[in-house]
Amino acid sequence: MLKDQDRIFTNLYGIHDWRLQGARARGDWDGTKEILSKGRDWIIEEMKKSGMRGRGGAGFPTGLKWSFMPKEVGDRPHYLVVNADEGEPGTCKDRDMMRFDPHKLVEGCLIASFAMAAHACYIYIRGEFYREAEHLQFAIDEAYEAGLIGKNACGSGWDFDLYLHRGAGAYICGEETALLESLEGRKGQPRLKPPFPAMAGLYGCPTTVNNVETIAAVPTILRRGGDWFAGLGRENNTGTKVFCISGHVEQPCNVEEEMGIPMRELIEKHAGGVRGGWDNLLAVIPGGSSTPLLPKSICDNVLMDFDSLRAEKSGLGTAALIVMDKSTDVVRAITRLSRFYMHESCGQCTPCREGTGWLWRVMERMTRGDARPEEIETLLDVTYEIEGHTICALGDAAAWPVQGLIRHFRPELERRIEEYRARYEAAAA
Amino acid sequence: MSGVPGLDDPRQPKTFSFDDKNTSKAQAIIAKYPEGRQASAVLPLLDLAQRQNGGWLPAAAIEYVAEMLRMPSIRVWEVASFYTMFYLRPTGRYRVHVCTTTPCWLRGSDEITSTCERVLGLKFGQTSEDGQFSLHEVECAGACVNAPVVQINDDYYEDLTPETMERILDSLKRDEVPKAGSQSGRTHSAPAGGLTTLRDQGAAGGA
Repeated sequence: MLKDQDRIFTNLYGIHDWRLQGARARGDWDGTKEILSKGRDWIIEEMKKSGMRGRGGAGFPTGLKWSFMPKEVGDRPHYLVVNADEGEPGTCKDRDMMRFDPHKLVEGCLIASFAMAAHACYIYIRGEFYREAEHLQFAIDEAYEAGLIGKNACGSGWDFDLYLHRGAGAYICGEETALLESLEGRKGQPRLKPPFPAMAGLYGCPTTVNNVETIAAVPTILRRGGDWFAGLGRENNTGTKVFCISGHVEQPCNVEEEMGIPMRELIEKHAGGVRGGWDNLLAVIPGGSSTPLLPKSICDNVLMDFDSLRAEKSGLGTAALIVMDKSTDVVRAITRLSRFYMHESCGQCTPCREGTGWLWRVMERMTRGDARPEEIETLLDVTYEIEGHTICALGDAAAWPVQGLIRHFRPELERRIEEYRARYEAAAA
Repeated sequence: MSGVPGLDDPRQPKTFSFDDKNTSKAQAIIAKYPEGRQASAVLPLLDLAQRQNGGWLPAAAIEYVAEMLRMPSIRVWEVASFYTMFYLRPTGRYRVHVCTTTPCWLRGSDEITSTCERVLGLKFGQTSEDGQFSLHEVECAGACVNAPVVQINDDYYEDLTPETMERILDSLKRDEVPKAGSQSGRTHSAPAGGLTTLRDQGAAGGA
């Protein structure tokens, strides 16, 4: 098990003072000026060395992403934008980092912005997180007051401004280009790429968008060295990760663990195990709602990292495990996710706008068994018509849970259809 | 603008403008964005307007914000109707948002919903006649390890049971706002049975 001294988010549960004094006592803002004095190239190199892959869901290598920004500032300013629009069902990790360890994020914003030659950074936080935004704004104000950010941040000679921007209720704004649209004052509808944000992002300027957890981990990684982070987990799946364990476990919780921890160990050590014991497990959605569910037989041995879960045709996503025990109506559980995606589709692309609603309506019938057996195949076909045919990944995210259900629970769908037909015939007789 | 929800409501005020406090708040918000990019302030200003107007956004406020940001009013209208946190018709003073997405559903959001319906006598989307409560269904609130979760105005109430939900609503009926956060007595998102990590004060708490 990960040792406490290797945990980054040491106030994850808000037991200690989250303000500047408490944050400093936990090591935040220690030697920030020295880190900056090592220069941009050193910071980006060290992040590459750490093997950090973005913690927002897609898992893109952070150091590499940063290196896509223009080396020199041209006629357009550079921006860092932090994606704090946490809303993937199952996921609630950034919330705790922002309300209980906000200075890690503020310090990370300074360092990452400096590394990408950005004098300004916007944090886009979901509107519902009103109290979390209060904490974060308080921490930003404290940092300004203490000279840690603002003009000549930390005495480094670098001017840096940090702004908090609250959203107003739209899951789609967690998609990076929808977030930029929203930040510019429009509906959150994703942009066609290319151009990628590193070339034309916020206000058409070079921009990098990173998740809260990614940026908040940066100061610790740089203080302890990329090699330290790379030494945790395994190759291509390094470091620590905050997992959110919800659903049918004895003790739902957030917990920071080593990447690659076996799923069963994670659930049993920290969440008190599956309700009714491991043998009572039906399935787990391993990385937030968009990742296909895994039946118990896979959960028995799977490791919680990008590549292990990908090998099982699922994904680490945001590392949010939604646990379902044998009492669960698994078809209804996935149908509810279909309704979620229907509600959150921005309406821009036809396959997603029309397809998410169609999926939900058919899934509602599948829940009751009110369908013909061949419609299972039709349903699967339609998910493939949506996947990959839209501007952003929301269409994919809507397709995957249904695909996972059919992949692992097709007999359950067939059983319901058969039962429904038998009931109908009995009534007719 | 026919067809815009709430536009025919007789409670639509004829005019709207920020009070002095909010006028200076609005100026501070606009200053966060670069010269010429004041449209970025549209979400925060609409939020400010909605708060000043007691929890819903009248047509006059939308026009007012459009003028303040020098945006075509249709651009502000489409923003106001796109984002779920803006209410274009009057709502309750206590807006009860029940999360019913899968993680909350697995932990009993159906019972939380029926408790709210029974205690308030409302269905999703309805507002009580005295204007004290409105009941809303929301998608994932993002507090899933503390499910089931309900957001009331700016606060999250977590780890709910039908009993604690009823107690919260009863308090609000008396205009007493209960303490937010976990209602089961546990510490935020830590495991209820006690810490499994960060037990060492040195590592966890610093000096």
